[in-house]
Amino acid sequence: MTPSYNFAFLDEDTKRMLRRALLKAVAIPGYQVPFGSREMPLPYGWGTGGIQVTAALLGPDDVLKVIDQGADDTTNAVNIRRFFARVAGVATTERTVEASLIQTRHRIPETPLREDQILVFQVPEPEPLRTLEPREAETRTLHALGDYGLMHVKLYEDIAQYGHIATSYDYPVLVDGRFLTSPSPIPKFDNPKLDRSPALMLFGAGREKRLYAIPPYTRVESLAFDDHPFEIQQWEHRCELCGSGESYLDEVVVDDRGGRMFVCSDTDYCGRRRTEAQA
Amino acid sequence: MNTNLMLDLHDLGKSFELHHQHDAHLHVLDGIRLQLHAGECVVLSGPSGAGKSTLLRVIYANYRPSRGSVRLRHDGRWLELASATPHEVLDARRRTLGYVSQFLRVIPRVPALDIVAEPLLQIGAEPAQARQRAGELLHRLNVPERLWQLPPGTFSGGEQQRVNIARGLIAPRPVLLLDEPTASLDAANRAVVAQLLAEARVAGSAVLGIFHDEDMRDRVATRLFPMQPLEPA
Amino acid sequence: MSALLQVRGLSRHYGRRIGCEDVSFELHPGELLCIVGESGSGKSTLLNTVAAQLAPSAGSVRYRQRDGEWLELGQLSEADRRRLAREEWGFVTQNPRDGLRLNVSAGANVAERLMALGVRHYGQLRSIARGWLERVEIDPARIDDAPTGFSGGMQQRLQIARTLVTQPRLVFMDEPTAGLDVSVQARILDLLRRLVNELGLAAVMVTHDLAVARLLAARTMVMQHGRVVETGLTDQILDDPQHPYTQLLVSSVLTT
Repeated sequence: MTPSYNFAFLDEDTKRMLRRALLKAVAIPGYQVPFGSREMPLPYGWGTGGIQVTAALLGPDDVLKVIDQGADDTTNAVNIRRFFARVAGVATTERTVEASLIQTRHRIPETPLREDQILVFQVPEPEPLRTLEPREAETRTLHALGDYGLMHVKLYEDIAQYGHIATSYDYPVLVDGRFLTSPSPIPKFDNPKLDRSPALMLFGAGREKRLYAIPPYTRVESLAFDDHPFEIQQWEHRCELCGSGESYLDEVVVDDRGGRMFVCSDTDYCGRRRTEAQA
Repeated sequence: MNTNLMLDLHDLGKSFELHHQHDAHLHVLDGIRLQLHAGECVVLSGPSGAGKSTLLRVIYANYRPSRGSVRLRHDGRWLELASATPHEVLDARRRTLGYVSQFLRVIPRVPALDIVAEPLLQIGAEPAQARQRAGELLHRLNVPERLWQLPPGTFSGGEQQRVNIARGLIAPRPVLLLDEPTASLDAANRAVVAQLLAEARVAGSAVLGIFHDEDMRDRVATRLFPMQPLEPA
Repeated sequence: MSALLQVRGLSRHYGRRIGCEDVSFELHPGELLCIVGESGSGKSTLLNTVAAQLAPSAGSVRYRQRDGEWLELGQLSEADRRRLAREEWGFVTQNPRDGLRLNVSAGANVAERLMALGVRHYGQLRSIARGWLERVEIDPARIDDAPTGFSGGMQQRLQIARTLVTQPRLVFMDEPTAGLDVSVQARILDLLRRLVNELGLAAVMVTHDLAVARLLAARTMVMQHGRVVETGLTDQILDDPQHPYTQLLVSSVLTT
């Protein structure tokens, strides 16, 4: 731990501000709470929102896991994990079951989460209506009135153009039957894991200065049409490393002759399955 | 109340004030008294400039009377048109008061058949029935069937006038105002119009009209109402 | 017959400048009322104030909603005002680009108001949208095209379809044919005339064109300097104008 920094980098007043905002977010599931986002020692778009939420939550006994696109060993994940190891001195892990707090970019772990775990999402654009309605005052009004016909315009356009709802990530959800919410750019494959999750899920958008939450066991519904119901991705392949047919797969180019393979995006899940298979 | 009396004009006067022509005042009608009963056809007679067309327009509430009263029996009670609200006037025009001018007001892109059928639709007739009745009338007035589906903008003057008459007579109305509806018609078609007016009178309508053609006037009039130009004020 | 809309002593000021002043009128179901006058006479200000898009400086607007209840528009919450605009009213703007969503397809433009009312069946939305495109004489094959590729007249017809698809009871129209070619105007006027009749719409339309008023409206109000100077049956106002300003307007019309 680097002694010249306060525990977990942020000063205690900033953490208190963040915790108050988080409490409000938990009290109003799916509602975007403004907060005073701080400059962090990494650029916007690299997880400044998620890091601030994590910093406000970490205690000395926490065990932290950080993933990027499901992997523990990619640049963003490694950097953030090392950052908190240095400024908070907390234990870190790559194993989902061992973590008390997981910060994630663009995935939810395949291993089911528990009530004593918290998942922190990095969010680039917290406003699901933004591409359709650029005015912030107007989107806030639409949220206040629960006036969400506009979101279906986007889904309608998908079907009209592609014959099916082509939105495959950041797929809009309705939280607790009230607030239209961006699940962050997770694949829609992960949307069902949001519904009635035992773990608390917190979302931080540093550049947009918004926090929101899906408390444990909250109803989360993915939008759809009656005749085009919500569906998740399916693959004709199994993971070529662990053989899983139930996980989210990445297509990886393995040589410069166009050779490809499908592997689990969740490296911890994949690794454990292979270890178990060898045992 | 005389149950036959349909229209009662009392001391009716009309002047025009033209604000942009040196505030000129034109006095066209003064002290008109006229009673029109069900089943009669009164023809306004007199030289041009006597205010015959103006009188019909005042009765139809197209012009606002300057003085006096225009009472119309509408819905079994008297309606004072000089002070009626626009909604009352519109209702009277829909159900009681018909007006056929010399010229058809053409509506772009609307076929002749629909122009004729429209007044029936306005009083709630079924579209198919209204069109059938419109077809019957156009047929009687010798408008060739090939024209029915065309907008009458390109029709001859006589054809347009017959479309106009069909439109004016299709809905049975207790009071009919006719402003030279037969001016451009040949003898055969004038006879058809005379026959249609006779049928309307038998059905109980009161007719007030202007017919310059003497033959037509003799054929339809039950009474003449003479009018003279006012002396210049 | 009972009125649908009651406007009493309505004024809207912009600071010390008058937008419209002391305007009163009633609108009945199924009736189209035209507001005529030259640019700057306060027509559009009046329309926007009646439609609750501008707050009045004085006076009141009452609207009788579907269930027969009278609403005082000045006392409505934002939520109620939007519900009304969504479920019972329509607004057609002069420039179709203001009333359309240009970055989504024609079909989505028509279907949006239905989705706002909770229709969640894609197939149903498509068939209603197709029907309306046909009704406003746009080839249904263009349902997935963006309106940016449409001509001005087509865009205006699309806006009309988008507005009328939910069968509103009251429609506000601000110069819907201004800025279009004469031949295109005629087509839109004919379309409006037919739809108003078929749907039994009540409408308030602002226009500077007296011929438009003659064709569409049974009643007309003439405005000058923010005030109504003459009101009555359209044919009466055009054929026997009383007020000097109305006489000037009528005598200024070119006839062919």
